[in-house]
Amino acid sequence: MKNLLRDIRRSPRFMTGFLIFLFILLVSILYPLLSPGDPLAMIGRGTFAAPGTYVSLYDATSAKTETLLLPDADDNRLAAAMSDADRAAMVNYFTLSGVAIDDLDPQDTDRMIELWQEIFDENNMPKMTNAQRRDFRNLDKRLKELQASDTLYVMDMGEDGEYEQRSSVSKTDYVNASAVANAKTLLLGTDNFGRDTLRELIYATGTSLLVGLVAGIVATLIGLSLGLLAGYMGGVADDVIMFITNLFTVIPGFVLLILISSSVSQDMRGPSLVAVIIGLTSWPWTTRSVRAQVVSLRNRDHVNLSKLSGHSMLRIVLSDILPYVASYVVMAFILQVSSGILAEAQLSMLGLGPKTTTTPTLGLMMNWAMLYSAHTNGSWWAYFPVILTITLISFSLNLMNTGLDQVFNPTLRD
Amino acid sequence: MKGYKKYFGKKIIWFLITLVFAVLLNFILPRLMPANPVATITGKLVGGSTDAAIVQQTYEQYMKEFGLDKSMPEQFLIYVKNLLRGDLGVSFSQYPKRVSEIISSSVGWTIALQLPAILVGWIIGNVLGALAAYIKKGFDKVLLPVSLFMSNIPAFAMAVILLVVFAVNLKVAPLAGGYNYDMIPNLSWPFIWSVITHYQLPFWSIVLVSIGGQAIGMRSMSIYELNADYVKYARFLGIKDRKIVGYVFRNAMLPQVTGLAMSIGTMMGGALVAETIFSYPGLGTTLMKGVTSADYPLISGSTLVTTLMVLVITFVLDIIYGFIDPRVKAATIE
Repeated sequence: MKNLLRDIRRSPRFMTGFLIFLFILLVSILYPLLSPGDPLAMIGRGTFAAPGTYVSLYDATSAKTETLLLPDADDNRLAAAMSDADRAAMVNYFTLSGVAIDDLDPQDTDRMIELWQEIFDENNMPKMTNAQRRDFRNLDKRLKELQASDTLYVMDMGEDGEYEQRSSVSKTDYVNASAVANAKTLLLGTDNFGRDTLRELIYATGTSLLVGLVAGIVATLIGLSLGLLAGYMGGVADDVIMFITNLFTVIPGFVLLILISSSVSQDMRGPSLVAVIIGLTSWPWTTRSVRAQVVSLRNRDHVNLSKLSGHSMLRIVLSDILPYVASYVVMAFILQVSSGILAEAQLSMLGLGPKTTTTPTLGLMMNWAMLYSAHTNGSWWAYFPVILTITLISFSLNLMNTGLDQVFNPTLRD
Repeated sequence: MKGYKKYFGKKIIWFLITLVFAVLLNFILPRLMPANPVATITGKLVGGSTDAAIVQQTYEQYMKEFGLDKSMPEQFLIYVKNLLRGDLGVSFSQYPKRVSEIISSSVGWTIALQLPAILVGWIIGNVLGALAAYIKKGFDKVLLPVSLFMSNIPAFAMAVILLVVFAVNLKVAPLAGGYNYDMIPNLSWPFIWSVITHYQLPFWSIVLVSIGGQAIGMRSMSIYELNADYVKYARFLGIKDRKIVGYVFRNAMLPQVTGLAMSIGTMMGGALVAETIFSYPGLGTTLMKGVTSADYPLISGSTLVTTLMVLVITFVLDIIYGFIDPRVKAATIE
C-alpha cells in the first residue's frame, strides 16, 4: 500500500491531473463559504455586461476631484466618441469631395480630424443629397462639441421643479477610483439575466461536481455489485445479469437518459435527481469489466481455500475478490464522474437538465448562453469560461485515470 | 462457412431482442410523463373560450385521435402495428404533421453528417496514434497531451468554438442551418454548394472531438503489441521492421474496431447535441424541438430512430469484425 501510494505520487500525469482537480474543487467549496449569498441574484438590469470594473457614475460626480492635465486626453475622448459609422461617414465625405485618401487609416483619429477641419465646408457641399448634407452637418457639430472646452453640470431637480446645480464636471477633472463610494469589479461580466457570471460559474462548478460525484457513486455501486454477483455466482444469475447488461450496452445510454429525463416532471427534476438518473443509465460498463475480472479470480487458490474454510459468500467476495478489482473500480469511478458531468451538460443543452431556480449547473449556464445567443453577439464571457471549466475538469480526471493506469499496469509505462 | 452461419444467426437474434426492448422502452418511458400534452393542445386551440362543453368536446376528440383513451396494452399494440407501417403517430407541437414525416426529413441530414465525420475522425485518430507509438520521442510527447486535452472537449463545446472563430469572427462559414435559408432544396449547383459550405463546421467539430480518444486508444494498443513476445521473436528471426509493423498494427486495429462499435452510441449522443448549436436540420435539432414543446411522440420517435441507427451500425460492425477476426466468431459460437 505504501509503495503504491509512492508510485502514484511519483506519476507526473496523476499529480498534474490531481492538482488541477484539487484547485477547481477547493475554489468551488471555499468561495461559497467565504462569500455566501444567492448565486443567481440579478445584479444587473441589462444583458451581457462586459467584464471590467464598474464605477458608480452618481457617486463619482460627488467624489473629490483632482485636476490632471494629460496630454492625450482630448485625443482619447475623441477616439472613443467616434464610432465606426462616424469614421465611415467621414471617409465618405472625403471621397465625395474628391480628396485623395489612399493612405488614410480610418482608425487614425488625429489625421482624420485634421483633414476634416481642413476640408469640411458647411456651405459648399456639391454632389450630395440633402439627407447627406444634414448628416455631415450634424457630425461636424458633434465633433466640434467634443473638442470645445465646455463644462458639464450635474443638476438636481428641487421640489419646486427648479433645477439646482449640484456640481460641475470639467474635462480635466479626475476622480480616484477608490474614492468612489460604489465600484464593482466583475471579472467575467454579467450573463443574459444580469447575474455575476464568475460567481454563478463557481457555484455551478460545485453543483456539477456534485452531480458527477453522485452519478459516479450510483453507477459504480450498481455496476460493482452486479458485476461481483454475476461473476462470482455464475449460472442463472450470471445469465440474467449479463442479458440485461448487454441490452443496456447496446441501447445508447444517452437515449435512455433523454427518455427518462423527459418523463420526469420539471418541478421534480432537481440536480440530485438528474444525477441519479445519469448514474442509473451508465453502470453497464463497470458491470461488464468487473464481471470479467471476477470470473478470472473465481477459481484462484486463495478463493478456494476460503470456500473450504466455510467462509460466507459475502466475506469471500469482500475480502478475497474485492481487493483485486479495487484498482479497476477506482479508475472506473473516476471516469464515471467525468462522464456524469458531461452527461448533465449535454442534457441541459437539450433543455432536459435540472430545473432549478436556486443553483446553476455548468450545463444550464451553457444552455442559457446559447438560448440568448451569447456566441453570436460576442459575449464570450458567458460561455467560454464554462466550456473551459468542463474541459479542465474532465481533462484532470482523465489525466488522473491514465496516471493510475500506468501505475497499476506497468506494461503501459513509457 | 457453417461457423459463420451460426455466428450471424446468434447476432441477428440478439439484434432482434434488443430491438424489441428498445421499442418497449421507447413506448413506456415517455408515457410516464406527468404533463398532459393533450390538455396543452386543447388549451391552445380553444383559446379564450369559456364554454366547458366545447373544451370538453375538443379534449375528448384529441384524446381519441391520439389514441390516449384506450388502455396501455391496447395502446402498445396499436403503437407496434403503426410502427411496422412506418407510422410514428402525430406530432403534438406541429399538429397535424406526422412524426414520421418530420423525422424522415431530418434523419438523412444526421446520417450524412455523423457517419462520415465519425469515420474520418476514427481513421485520422488511429493513424496518429499508431505513428505516436512507432515514432515515439518528440511526436509522442506532443501528441499525447494534446490528444488527451482535445478528447476532453465536449462535442458541443468544440461546435461553439468553431462557430465563434470561423462563422462569427472570420466570417468564412455560415452561422446556422443546413443550407441557405432562402433556398428550396433541389439538385442545382448553388444549392449543393450551399449545403457543402454549411456542412464544414459541424463536420469538423465532430471529427476534431473524436480524433483524440481514438489516438490515445490506438497508441496504447500499439505500444502493448510492439512489446509482445511475437514481435521480439520476429525481430530475433531477422524479419524486416516494415513487415513486423504491418502485423503489429493489424493486431492493434482489432480492438479499435470493437471500440468504435461500442462508443458509437456515446459519440452520436454528443454529435446530436452539437447539431443543435448549428441549428443543423438533423435529428438533434428535431429532438430539441420536441423537448421544448413536450411533444412526446416526436421525442420517442427521434430516440427510437437514433437507437435503431446505433443498433444497425453496431450490428454491421459485429459482422465485419467476425470476418476480420475469426477468433471472435469462434468465441461466440462456443
